[in-house]
Amino acid sequence: MPLRLPRIGTSQIVALAAILAINWVVSPQFFDIRLQDGRLFGSLIDVLNRGAPVAILSLGMVLVIAMRGIDLSVGAVMAICGAIAASLADTHSLPVVLAAALGAGLACGLWNGFLVAVLGIQPIVATLILMVAGRGIAQLITEGRIVTFSSPELAFIGGGSVLGLPTPVVITLALLGLTLLIVRGSALGLMIEATGGNARAAALAGIGTRLITLAVYGWCGLCAAIAGIIAAADILGADANNAGLWLELDAILAVVIGGTSLFGGRFSLVLAVVGALIIQAMNTGILLSGFPPETNLVVKAVVVLAVLLAQSPRLKGLGSSLFGRGK
Amino acid sequence: MSFKALMLATAMSGALFAATGARAGDLTVGFSQIGSESGWRAAETTVSKAEAKKRNINFKIADAQQKQENQIKAIRSFIAQGVDAIFLAPVVATGWDTVLKEAKEAKIPVVLLDRDIDPSGKELYLTAVTSDSVHEGKVAGEWLVKTAGGKPCNVVELQGTVGASVAANRKKGFEQGIAGASNVKIVRSQTGDFTRAKGKEVMESFIKAEGGGKNICAVYAHNDDMMVGAIQAMKEAGLKPGTEVLTVSIDAVPDIFKAMAAGEANATVELTPNMAGPAFDAIVAFKDKGTVPPKWIQTESKLYTQADNPKAIYESKKDLGY
Repeated sequence: MPLRLPRIGTSQIVALAAILAINWVVSPQFFDIRLQDGRLFGSLIDVLNRGAPVAILSLGMVLVIAMRGIDLSVGAVMAICGAIAASLADTHSLPVVLAAALGAGLACGLWNGFLVAVLGIQPIVATLILMVAGRGIAQLITEGRIVTFSSPELAFIGGGSVLGLPTPVVITLALLGLTLLIVRGSALGLMIEATGGNARAAALAGIGTRLITLAVYGWCGLCAAIAGIIAAADILGADANNAGLWLELDAILAVVIGGTSLFGGRFSLVLAVVGALIIQAMNTGILLSGFPPETNLVVKAVVVLAVLLAQSPRLKGLGSSLFGRGK
Repeated sequence: MSFKALMLATAMSGALFAATGARAGDLTVGFSQIGSESGWRAAETTVSKAEAKKRNINFKIADAQQKQENQIKAIRSFIAQGVDAIFLAPVVATGWDTVLKEAKEAKIPVVLLDRDIDPSGKELYLTAVTSDSVHEGKVAGEWLVKTAGGKPCNVVELQGTVGASVAANRKKGFEQGIAGASNVKIVRSQTGDFTRAKGKEVMESFIKAEGGGKNICAVYAHNDDMMVGAIQAMKEAGLKPGTEVLTVSIDAVPDIFKAMAAGEANATVELTPNMAGPAFDAIVAFKDKGTVPPKWIQTESKLYTQADNPKAIYESKKDLGY
């Protein structure tokens, strides 16, 4: 199989630009940004800020999908970690709170990895277990109510700002940089792609596929924990029934929009984050447009279909052959 | 002096207990509760127990974990135990005919709490104690019309989940409430899915779409949780909810009273968790005097504002399980 050039993600960036342009049409003040209490304020900032949790989830999800796996439990893990963070926030110091929540996320991820890598359960089934049970665990932690907190340190993670940028955006950028450094700065990325492409061949080539699988699911759980802490810090409380609900689907969609195949193999971290921003730009645009809420999901479906069709190589081939004949 | 007061209080409470005890002391009521689906539901369970205790009624609760089959089993077991009355918070509207017929044959009156069943089963229960969600919206709308006082007022609305009947009713009721006032109009309406996070996100967009919030005079949310999120969004945008922007929402959960005490929220309409109280009264009257209650007992949709000592109400509500 001939080597292909690394994708530069033209279609994703064009799609994002197109959606931002549409947002600008439906809401002329879309690109207005001003400073409010030392914090940048505007719809574009909202897209980045509200997109942060899904972007962070997609950073974990993209590696799992590159290994030919999937993690359906990230939304539930968000709920668990948010519940832990909110329950401890007012009685413990921030490092303890973060360590507990991140530790729980890592443990959830490693559990998924154990089921997949050691017991050999299919990823969709293995992670479905925690998807269903995890929300129950979160509800047990919160006793079914919304646990609120007033700790300003934890609140800063959701609503604060660093150099004018909302903290979630800064965290996302830092995580993206860190992931790129670890995965692309070493041979790890190549090993993940090799395992996803053909696990047996990778193992025979000397790659510790089991350990890498475990590590990747653990990382995905850790990312979910960070997203869960942000979600809880944002509303100053943990809502176990709704935190992260269906976000696993948004994260998978972000990865797919980012051009990574569900059949594993090559992946792009940056484009997964762009995928998350495309989804959020669309959500924010719908909210700004003033359309009746009954149409929300239809608009979303049409946009996602358009973005995915634009990426389809077969459609491109079809288009060029049709127009080619006309010439 | 304090001794005298104590004696008096003891004597009075003794008399009170004796009075209620004579009427209801030997009543046993079984309650098939849906399960712990929300904070409100937990509060309803807590309040029901307290109301039973107040009336000295022997009260049994069966938690159905959101499953109709469990509710049917619970009702059959209550019938077998020969309770005096059965309370049912039906998880769905259909499929109750058989089991309710069994209760009717055993001459055990059934009272529906909080939710109704299909009209075909109307003959099978004694009465239904529910709130009117259209009325709740109307109370909210009327409060806003009164408070706006003739000045032009642009309202943004945070709807509940699309397709939920409560959301549709609360929207309809609010529109009825403001129908007579041409100065009050809804300029934006979106769904916040009844959650804090979505309420905040949607409000952030409303603020940007309405000139940084300058054009928004009031926010109406179909539940308090969305309003709590919206209040955060307004504060982060440098607006002052409660003074610059009026707020009115529905449910009366503890956290909205916290916001009202801080001057950041204006009004809430209560969806009372006390559905069992009126139901007990109806059952006691039915058993003692044979008084047949009306087919529908509507609970009060009480309006609370900052003038109602929100701090004290918060303290009284916070341990109910919301």
